[in-house]
Amino acid sequence: MTRTIKRANRWFDDRLGASGFVRTALNKVFPDHWSFMLGEIALYSFLLLVLTGIYLTFFFQPSLKEVVYDGAYAPLKGVEMSQAYESTLRLSYEVRAGMVMRQMHHWAAIIFLAAIVVHVGRVFFTGAFRRPRELNWIVGCSLLVLAMANGFAGYSLPDDQLSGTGLRIAYSIALSIPLGGTWVAYLLFGGEFPAESIISRLFVIHVLLLPLAILGLLGVHMAIVWRQKHTQFRGPGKTEDNVVGSRLWPSYALKSVGFFFLVSAVTALLGGLAQVNPIWLYGPFRAADVSAASQPDWYVGWLDGALRLFPGWEIRAFGHTIPAVFFPGVLLPTVSFGLLFGWPFIEARFTKEDVRDHHLLDRPRERPLRTGIGTGVITFYVVLFFAAATDVLATVFDVSVTGLLVAFRVALLCLPPVVAFVTYRLCKEAAALPDEEDAAPVVVRTASGAYVTGHGHQAGNGGDGTPRADGLDEIGSGPRPDAH
Amino acid sequence: MTRRSAALLVLLVLGGPFSVLVTMLHPAAAGQPAGTADGDVEQGRALFTTGCSSCHGLRAEGTRRGPSLLGVGAASVDFWVSTGRMPLKTGGARQAVRKPPAYQRDDIDDLIAYVTSLDPDGPPIPELDLARADLAEGGELFRANCAACHGAVGIGGALASGRLAPPLRPASAAQVAEAVRIGPGTMPNFGPDTFSQDQLEAVVTYVESLDHPDDRGGSGLGHAGPIPEGFVGWLAGLGALLLACYWIGDRE
Ligand code: HEC
Ligand code: HEC
Repeated sequence: MTRTIKRANRWFDDRLGASGFVRTALNKVFPDHWSFMLGEIALYSFLLLVLTGIYLTFFFQPSLKEVVYDGAYAPLKGVEMSQAYESTLRLSYEVRAGMVMRQMHHWAAIIFLAAIVVHVGRVFFTGAFRRPRELNWIVGCSLLVLAMANGFAGYSLPDDQLSGTGLRIAYSIALSIPLGGTWVAYLLFGGEFPAESIISRLFVIHVLLLPLAILGLLGVHMAIVWRQKHTQFRGPGKTEDNVVGSRLWPSYALKSVGFFFLVSAVTALLGGLAQVNPIWLYGPFRAADVSAASQPDWYVGWLDGALRLFPGWEIRAFGHTIPAVFFPGVLLPTVSFGLLFGWPFIEARFTKEDVRDHHLLDRPRERPLRTGIGTGVITFYVVLFFAAATDVLATVFDVSVTGLLVAFRVALLCLPPVVAFVTYRLCKEAAALPDEEDAAPVVVRTASGAYVTGHGHQAGNGGDGTPRADGLDEIGSGPRPDAH
Repeated sequence: MTRRSAALLVLLVLGGPFSVLVTMLHPAAAGQPAGTADGDVEQGRALFTTGCSSCHGLRAEGTRRGPSLLGVGAASVDFWVSTGRMPLKTGGARQAVRKPPAYQRDDIDDLIAYVTSLDPDGPPIPELDLARADLAEGGELFRANCAACHGAVGIGGALASGRLAPPLRPASAAQVAEAVRIGPGTMPNFGPDTFSQDQLEAVVTYVESLDHPDDRGGSGLGHAGPIPEGFVGWLAGLGALLLACYWIGDRE
């Protein structure tokens, strides 16, 4: 048996010569800190999205052809609807495991985006985007944009009342783009809203174009991580020139597979127990109808909130009218993503030191200004997100929606600076405190058998090149590609 | 003259002017309009005087504190009183809201009898036969005419005026039908010209079915759409996974 495997191995190796690569690959070192697994949540949610999504495509029909419903859900019997909506109903009511697959797909999308955002936050607050990783920051941000776009496309596919309302708003945003607006809207929708071909176009975008783009960028993202190796927090034995952690095989790989099962388990639990997007209750899309309390999924919520909060200014310039939706619908996301993509370069311009490579991470409190700006910006988008819920909040807390909007406008302008400033002060004070980790006493047994007590750095394991007492240098650390 | 004709004459002499008087003062007492609940006008008057006249006036003619109730119809009185909105609490609330009703069924019937006795116009309490109603048509009508304010699943919504369209779950079938016919507050009314009796029954059936929507996918999360879904995704979904990371990973 083993002989056969060895033989097969040799056969492939003779032809591909990959064994050298595989050996280094299996020995590659991954950091163990928990915050390095956030990206993995995103990766595994994406995998789940692909798996459940494939199942859904077996049954979903991306067509606006009108049919009369004759399925299991009594309150819609005899109602005219599009095939897209009808097939989604069938998925939910008649297809075996269709409901749980649909719901897992939707929950996985919600978790996917949330994990990306938290992952971006981790990279931001620890300065992991600094040279030489600016490129991967840009790839990561592109993944965020693509994931959002694909989430929105998927949300729009079932052609229910809620998704149609979202599409109508997207259409008016596309139209508001100066000069090219009509053209963009026409390209996306294939005609005036609600156009015949929108669902089939969105379908191709949702199951083919964007997933392929995401998959490709994911590959690039991980290849760059592989090439540049991971960053790591400062700590015993960790330097700018090494990576401390577990090897890919067996410990990291096994842990990671286990983690994939955990992500699947949480998604499956939600998919089975918590109802998401019950389109049968929303009814088929009718262009003439709207429903109160129509919201997009959370990751588009901040845009919806901006649309609600922004005053209805219309600007006439050069014989063109710029409609009010342009500012919250086009300008805001452009500026937001522009700043996000450009952050590594913006920061490098203002902090002169950044000509070096960085492989050791910052603790957020060591960078009060960056951390302050980050929390302020997050606050801005959280306020926008809640602004998308004004009508739901007004109903639940029995307050006037007009008053709420005013309160939100004030909060949007005042809260971010306040939060940024408070964070900044807190970081300053925390940074002034003595560092517990460096101050913690460390006991080292010397070669002669004597015990020496010292503090972090002096004790011989603080990254000054002296071998560690526990031999971690040899076991779990590998040199950086550029370390000699 | 027989005793019978003598009695008739007495009735004519005495009763004629009296009945004219009664008809002038209490039009409904003379010819009972259809649809009025079989309450007692006199008891209704007493209840109205103590509970309602401070705002609506002794003869329901209206005051600065409350509108005239002449011609609002039995459906209106039944709706406003049985949903507990009336009697209104003094003190400027934005909008009358549903409360536990202050009157028993009999007393409400008496109030209806009294108010409709002053002016018999206005929509009667709709009679409903829900057994043969068309649920699917009700859904179509609901989504086209009601969901804009009350939400697709009837959880209520906020109106631009600053008022709220209330959640529909607490409303009984009769109250839904009354609301549709009278259009309370800022809600438009849907008279027999807009909604036929069949359509009324269909909408009422659909609204009642929303009391227990088909939550086939699990917990309904309040039927408030993507906002609670986002919270659950973040807290239960990502939250659980972050804990898992923390558990598996190195905490330094
Ligand atoms: C504190 C003052 C107040 C009291 C007491 C009060 N009402 Fe009202 N009532 C109002 C006001 C104000 C409105 C208008 C409410 C609105 O449109 O939101 C109203 C509206 C109504 C209406 C609807 C009128 C229409 O135009 O459709 C009816 C019916 C009604 N009241 C019946 C009653 C009855 C019966 C009582 C006694 C049990 C009562 N009210 C007690 C103030 C009062
Ligand atoms: C323009 C918005 C609007 C539309 C459209 C509308 N409603 Fe209403 N509805 C309201 C408001 C506002 C109230 C509360 C009235 C008040 O108390 O002042 C209300 C109250 C009700 C109530 C009473 C609920 C309770 O708490 O007792 C019912 C039932 C109801 N509506 C059903 C319907 C139905 C059925 C339709 C469609 C045929 C409909 N509404 C259409 C705004 C609307």
